[in-house]
Amino acid sequence: MDRKKCCVQLSVHPSRGLMDEKFIVRVQKVLPGCQLTVHALHQCEDRNSWEAFGHYTTDASGTVNVSQDTSLGGTYSGVEAMGLLWSLRPVPGSKPGLRLRKKNVQTPMEVTISVYQGHQTEGFVDQVPLASVLVERWYMAPGVRRIPITEEGLTATLFLPAGPGPFPGVLDLWGGGGQLVEYRAALLASHGFASLALDYLTCKITLETGKMVDNQYFETAYRVLQQHPQVLGSRMAMLGFSLGTSFTFKMAVYSQVIKLRCAVCIGGSHVQPIDGPPKEMLTYFNRNASKIRCSEKNEIILRDVFQPTADPSFKVDMGRLQCPLLLVVGEDDQSWPASEAAKDIKEMMERAGNSHLLTILSYPKTGHLIEPPYIPHARASIFRTIGTREKLMFLWGGQTVEHSHAQEDAWMKILVFLRENLYGGTNPGATL
Amino acid sequence: MSQTPPIVSVLPTRGLVDEKFKVLVENLPPGRPVTVRSLHHSDNDHYWEAFGFYTSDHRGTVNVSKDQSVGGTYTGKEPMGLLWSMCPVPGSHKGLRLRKLNMCSPMLVNISVHSGHEGFRDGAPLASVLVERWYMAPGVKRIDVQEKGLLGTLFLPPGPGPFPGILDLWGGGGGLVEYRSALLASHGFATMSLDYLSCGQPVFTYVETAFNFIKDHPQVIADRVGVVGLCLGSLPALYLAADSTVVKPRCTVCISCFAIYPSDRVLSGSFEEITSLSGNIPVDENNLERWKDVGLGLLSGSLRKVNMEKVTSPLLLVSGCDDQNWPSFETAEDITQTMRAAGNDHLLSRLDYPDSGHLIEPPFSPHFRASTFVTTNKRKAMILWGGQTKPHSDAQEDSWRKILSFLQQHLCCSLNAKL
Repeated sequence: MDRKKCCVQLSVHPSRGLMDEKFIVRVQKVLPGCQLTVHALHQCEDRNSWEAFGHYTTDASGTVNVSQDTSLGGTYSGVEAMGLLWSLRPVPGSKPGLRLRKKNVQTPMEVTISVYQGHQTEGFVDQVPLASVLVERWYMAPGVRRIPITEEGLTATLFLPAGPGPFPGVLDLWGGGGQLVEYRAALLASHGFASLALDYLTCKITLETGKMVDNQYFETAYRVLQQHPQVLGSRMAMLGFSLGTSFTFKMAVYSQVIKLRCAVCIGGSHVQPIDGPPKEMLTYFNRNASKIRCSEKNEIILRDVFQPTADPSFKVDMGRLQCPLLLVVGEDDQSWPASEAAKDIKEMMERAGNSHLLTILSYPKTGHLIEPPYIPHARASIFRTIGTREKLMFLWGGQTVEHSHAQEDAWMKILVFLRENLYGGTNPGATL
Repeated sequence: MSQTPPIVSVLPTRGLVDEKFKVLVENLPPGRPVTVRSLHHSDNDHYWEAFGFYTSDHRGTVNVSKDQSVGGTYTGKEPMGLLWSMCPVPGSHKGLRLRKLNMCSPMLVNISVHSGHEGFRDGAPLASVLVERWYMAPGVKRIDVQEKGLLGTLFLPPGPGPFPGILDLWGGGGGLVEYRSALLASHGFATMSLDYLSCGQPVFTYVETAFNFIKDHPQVIADRVGVVGLCLGSLPALYLAADSTVVKPRCTVCISCFAIYPSDRVLSGSFEEITSLSGNIPVDENNLERWKDVGLGLLSGSLRKVNMEKVTSPLLLVSGCDDQNWPSFETAEDITQTMRAAGNDHLLSRLDYPDSGHLIEPPFSPHFRASTFVTTNKRKAMILWGGQTKPHSDAQEDSWRKILSFLQQHLCCSLNAKL
């Protein structure tokens, strides 16, 4: 073993961070002008391996600082402090259509950051790095409490921030894949919001009875959250993604029970049959199934199904919205017509005179899966919606660099929007 | 008062114990007096706290890194005051000392904000967060060492290695004190803590065995092993650096240095021996034992000292000038004179800190001017360590950075390494 390898010092600060925190990766004590590869390796919960790497040259002091220096190539290029995370991709030989998602939010995502000699592009696992460190990335800040909620027939998880509270509440809805997806709610709680992740598609009631939930299910979830002793019942919001936006729009406008201070809708549409229970969404979907297309790679493109039409009985009347709304749109969204929906919503609200409530964040070359930051972008992945029995390849859209930048920007703005509307009167300009 | 609670945020929420953090309180009413407080429940079931008095600005914000604390356990602009100025909560026993025993779990500190200043305890906290402070970075491995008669704990950094090595020797309290070793491993050194007082063997051969164990470890670079010693531990450290004919450390660090050989080679008898030589230990006006005078007597006495003229590798001595437990500064002066006369003082570096006491620990650890201490012959005493809190805490922060830099300079290769 070459003992001179001890010279290379690799550090990552912080070594334990939240999923949306930036880190600084430094390589020191190398000769000036040396070629190095900085590499990230992660084995996810379903045992697939993901990697990312950047090619660097040390400066005059023999140092590489990933936050300041330019990557000359690899899975990302340019000055990208967090490229080692957002450009993670399945290692060669992996199954196609993978997507990186954490199910267990009580343990950290572990990433091994290493530095290799030269500008390498493959075969990392067969080489001994010059140095490596382990980095933990957490969805839950210390002191955040995770509480399963099963009362009143709900399938949900409540995340409470640390501290006495009471805290504003956020109802967090995911999309057509169902399941209880907890990570975004856990991260919101780490930022001071009591957040309820709600499974409304594959919940216990549906699995036992075979029937979809009704509108009251969402109102029950809202009520259970609102009445929790550590939640500020007068400061509630809903955050919906994909199919979750449909229910967010509907509840925000029509529900007599749900009174929101604000709402966030990511990658969705207000198009739906406005009368009737949620299963009417499925009926509408099936009725418009002919609009489903396939790409040349046989990836399913859903975006035409929920396109806005002129028919008002199939659109939530956004002119009746009474709270601030933040729409997050990926302009290359191949799954939902988020751009067209946003345009239609804007027009409806301008006609009704409530467009001052609307903020649209529209991102070019960004796809459907606008996640919290630094989660790798998936342009397409294997997916099963409640409408289909089998797992199929769905096209989500987006180009990795632009999509990753959009995730970072959107999340920051979502947090500021929630903070301003739910905590109220806070100047978001204060920074650490 | 705002309807929503204030928001306390700390970055990072999970940090190493020697990393700085930033504490921000937002969403307060403007111009409001508040207290920011830290609270820690120790492994041995005591409560420690620190607090600073602040006033929110026109935006309703308090930034502990930038604002001035006008009262509390610390004052002024002190980003880390909430840690280093911690003291036992009112009503606690006297003479407590805060030390972490379990390295594999973090120190948990609750940071909260309260209304008002002097009466802040009267109300419940307005908001709080939990912060983790770790001695072990992710990936550091902790390994019990029980071979060759040794009793120690080895901490290995993450990565393929091999790594420079360190033998870490604590003071007269005995036991296996792991935290500095864990922290050194988090900085890239394969470090072993050694219990050299309860081994019942001649100490100097024992530490030579320990040194060689580290040197011969497959993940350690054999010619890059150093020694760090505190207080009584600096004696075996200096022995290895000077008098040992078996091993040669690459470099040595001694904190609150002790350089006199007891005539009993087992070393654990040294306290009894010292007391018997000098009579009773003097106490100050608060009945605290002041061992420094005993030490001064020994320095000028007839006991044999370590032969510092034989040192052939770099040596760093760290002393608190207000050390009341041992004449560290005077010992360092004595060593300097010896090495100057011998012509090897170019190897010597010194860090002397005015108003600092004996227990110069890793940064942001609370300062104790005195605490209870159980000597090796099981006698419980209240010992005066010395130091004033603010200068002592500054010394801890400054010396740690310089100790790490010294170790990196001598144990890691020079900058001219070719890949």
